[in-house]
Amino acid sequence: MTRLARYGHGVDTGVSIPFTFDGKPYCGHPGDTLASALQANGVRVMGRSFKYHRPRGVLSADSTEPNALMEIGTGAERLPNTRATTQELFEGLSARSQNRWPSLGWDVMALNDMLSPFFGAGFYYKTFMWPASFWEKLYEPLIRRAAGLGRLSGLPDPARYDKATAHCDLLVIGAGPAGLMAALTAGRAGKRVILAEEEPLVGGRLNGEAIEIGGHSGLDWASGIRDELQSLPNVTLMLRTTVTGAYDGGTYGALQRVADHVPNPAEAPRQTFWNIVARHALLTSGAHERMIAFANNDRPGVMLGSAVRTYLHRFGVVPGQRVAVFTNNNDGWRTARDLLDAGVTVTALIDTRADAVPDLDCPVMTGAQVVNTAGRLGLERLTVAHSDGSRTQVNANVLAVSGGWNPALHLGSHMGARPVWRDDIAAFVPAGDGVPGLRAAGAAHGDFSTHAALQNGAQLAADLFGQDLPDIPQAEDAPTTITPFWHVAGKRAWLDFQNDVTVKDVQLAHRENFRSVEHMKRYTTLGMATDQGKHANVPALAIMAELTGQSISDTGTTIYRPPYTPVQIGALAGRQKGAHFAPERRSPAHAVALKAGAKWVDAGLWKRASLFPARDEKYWRQTCDREVLMVRNNVGVCDVSTLGKIEVLGPDALTLLDRVYATGLATLAQNRVRYALMLREDGLVMDDGTVTRLGQAHYLLSTTTGAAGQVLSHLEFCAQCLWPELDVQIAAVSDQWAQFAIAGPKARTALEGLLDGAVDLPFMGYAPVRIGGVDARLFRISYSGELGYELAVPARFGAALFATLIKRVASLGGGAYGLEALNVLRIEKGFLTHAEIDGRVTLDDLGFGRMGAAKEDFIGQEMAHRPGLGGLQLVGVKPAGVVRQLTGGALLFDLEDAPVRENMRGHTTSVAFSPVLGHMIGLALLQDGRARIGEQLRMVDHVRDVTTICEVVSPVFIEQTGGQGNG
Amino acid sequence: MRIDCPNCGMRDSGEFTYLGAASLMNRPTGGAGFHAYVNLRDNPAGEHAELWQHSAGCRAWLRVVRNVSSHRVLAVELAREVAR
Repeated sequence: MTRLARYGHGVDTGVSIPFTFDGKPYCGHPGDTLASALQANGVRVMGRSFKYHRPRGVLSADSTEPNALMEIGTGAERLPNTRATTQELFEGLSARSQNRWPSLGWDVMALNDMLSPFFGAGFYYKTFMWPASFWEKLYEPLIRRAAGLGRLSGLPDPARYDKATAHCDLLVIGAGPAGLMAALTAGRAGKRVILAEEEPLVGGRLNGEAIEIGGHSGLDWASGIRDELQSLPNVTLMLRTTVTGAYDGGTYGALQRVADHVPNPAEAPRQTFWNIVARHALLTSGAHERMIAFANNDRPGVMLGSAVRTYLHRFGVVPGQRVAVFTNNNDGWRTARDLLDAGVTVTALIDTRADAVPDLDCPVMTGAQVVNTAGRLGLERLTVAHSDGSRTQVNANVLAVSGGWNPALHLGSHMGARPVWRDDIAAFVPAGDGVPGLRAAGAAHGDFSTHAALQNGAQLAADLFGQDLPDIPQAEDAPTTITPFWHVAGKRAWLDFQNDVTVKDVQLAHRENFRSVEHMKRYTTLGMATDQGKHANVPALAIMAELTGQSISDTGTTIYRPPYTPVQIGALAGRQKGAHFAPERRSPAHAVALKAGAKWVDAGLWKRASLFPARDEKYWRQTCDREVLMVRNNVGVCDVSTLGKIEVLGPDALTLLDRVYATGLATLAQNRVRYALMLREDGLVMDDGTVTRLGQAHYLLSTTTGAAGQVLSHLEFCAQCLWPELDVQIAAVSDQWAQFAIAGPKARTALEGLLDGAVDLPFMGYAPVRIGGVDARLFRISYSGELGYELAVPARFGAALFATLIKRVASLGGGAYGLEALNVLRIEKGFLTHAEIDGRVTLDDLGFGRMGAAKEDFIGQEMAHRPGLGGLQLVGVKPAGVVRQLTGGALLFDLEDAPVRENMRGHTTSVAFSPVLGHMIGLALLQDGRARIGEQLRMVDHVRDVTTICEVVSPVFIEQTGGQGNG
Repeated sequence: MRIDCPNCGMRDSGEFTYLGAASLMNRPTGGAGFHAYVNLRDNPAGEHAELWQHSAGCRAWLRVVRNVSSHRVLAVELAREVAR
């Protein structure tokens, strides 16, 4: 089929572009969509329907398309369910039809269509009920196999996506007559305007009509405005950009298809998802034409009238030689008029209104209805019923249907507002205040004439910014004359093309009492496909209104939610995938640890060194055991920079800390360190750490790695919200300091000569020191029970210091140790982590029952003593039977009890193999644990299938060590 | 959603962290009030005073009055100023 001369302003017929559909080569032109090019090539069947596998052709010429969904591309780039009506043609495009086997022309599953009497609405609910055992093995796999349309590639998406943010005074959604006038008015006033248009060209309906504006063709007028907008630096025209959602506070999501129309995008992202923040927004998204339901209205060749006009004017394509028109309003006459002007044979104009007097040079049938269609794999003829009961056959291979217009109001209900029915235009319009800051204009507001669109768009923009109304060019101002007509009585009249829902299904829903629109929707699945029922919803609820005898207004409509058109998850993810999914935090000494052979473990966002394997070590336990013994017998160095560090300064610093910590701090002398716990206000332990008094009114807190952010926020809350009268400053310094633990009997020796001065600190002492002229902080604290120091330097010296320390301890026979060894060392001493401080334990549970008793008031003090709190006490466990294994998170039972949940007495929190003791050890939380020391319990791990008889012991496994921490 | 931080100006809600009802600022002094303070909250389908921290900004705690049905932010104040 060729293009019509003088038509097709949107395509460049001078250039040919090759592409393939289902493996067969075709040619189109620049400016074509896949749908227009296929129709120009005489392709009518473009897909099979979802449920009944009926052959389907193009229905629309825009993003509402429910039928012509295709797989675009091959291999990992394959993209299913792409609408052929919006996919722009490019050289080498490869498209494949969906939901058919073995071929589009002959589909085995079309058998479903023969069985359709059994497959009505609610079929699943009624059929796949019993026996229950069939569900998992038979029904679900069966349904899953039949479900879905296109196939995903199953491979990682190689395309790149971006995310971006934009701000503007006015966001105009849709560049039709209303949108162009609004953007122009605001743009001329110097406002920052974003004009977002889904199509690759401006003009909206003007591209598919023969409409004049101000004495010029609508197209020329639109390009004139486009040129002026593009000359204004404060106006951004975003083509190929769909505003997909309206959100709180004037934010809008928008998907820009940057390179979906380019064969080799090279560096460009495929799509960019925009977050647009707009002070005001105008919904000038136009309207969608409605279908009329009649028997077999889904046959390829039955299309919307507006789509036929778009294919004619924009693409120069008429997808058939003989066209018939079926309408319930004057707008449908345009289709016949435009086709006749183009010299196309119009075999009949069928108007449902008996009193209509179309003045057209073609056979006219008024008061008539299309009652059926016929033709194999495409329309060949239709049956028309007249008001006197007689019937005629009409030859046509295209039927252009005009059932009235639905304003494209979807964004207006994204925040929950219900659209409002207007009887005069027989359509829903957006609720006025549905989305704060968003106003509708033009056809989206139910004002369908070109003049009203121009006037409306300009007026709203002028009002928003206090501007004078610009000159409004002359344009047609025809009133909307429609006699609502929704469906023709008869069998199998389609409403929802994508989910295969017919008028009969709505009638069934009514009979079975699923009469509210929300029930009807879910029972029939109408409107639940990827087009969100853009064509189906209004006719369906109109039919439900007829059945219940209610008005459409009383029947109401379901609401629309974002996204307006489907958005790929990849576009929402942007570049945040793989390694970029979350930021990665590295210690200042990361590179040094890497060079020392560190194996890494994730601790929140941090990368922490878990092990430093020696060359001959094959298993992690070998490394861990060596590192533990190295610290116990010699000396090791460990990077503890990730611990949270917070400085608190000011005259009232002590007052604040004393109220935040359960531990008394009033007696903490300068240059001393104290182990301290803080509670939540509900009395449970929040975190532990150390408090160091650096100066008279200057404290340094340490927190666990994971709780650093929480503790900082908590302190700020206390200082700002509870006690703003306190003169205190809080500074997070975690990233400012690199800190290393040096532990083991030879720790003091390792530091000798490194510091500018002596290493002579009492246990839990602090001293400001200098290393090679750099100010540093030295703490005598130990998380291993050994003689231990922690040395902190400004972060930029961290790598150098870690390298130096590794060298120094190596010369003494020691080395670096990682998180695994650190964990074993602390379990051996019964020290805590958040495995024990799990948000459910009290001070008493952890063995600190007397802490804070003498204090006046601190966070959590009051609630810590409420009845019923706590009860699982910290104890140690060790294997006492044949099985020597312990596992973390395993349950503890009395020996005589069955190992079921009701009998649970507690659970293990942390376990490790102690190379010093030669067996596994564990910490556990146990009912009345301290009273049960010496007793035997059964540890059962149902997940790993481990059962061990173990003995309850003190949580401190190693009392005496070689170089005592407090010695 | 967007919150107008008194220190930083209008910012996306992604920069803020939610804590809970602003009643958390009214910490009781005696024992009796703690049960209500810790456990009891109003749950209005409308205006709600709550605490947000500008955690990815100035770190100020804010008392935000918000309609929780429409997410419309009605007032934003520095919690420190309110608490004084």
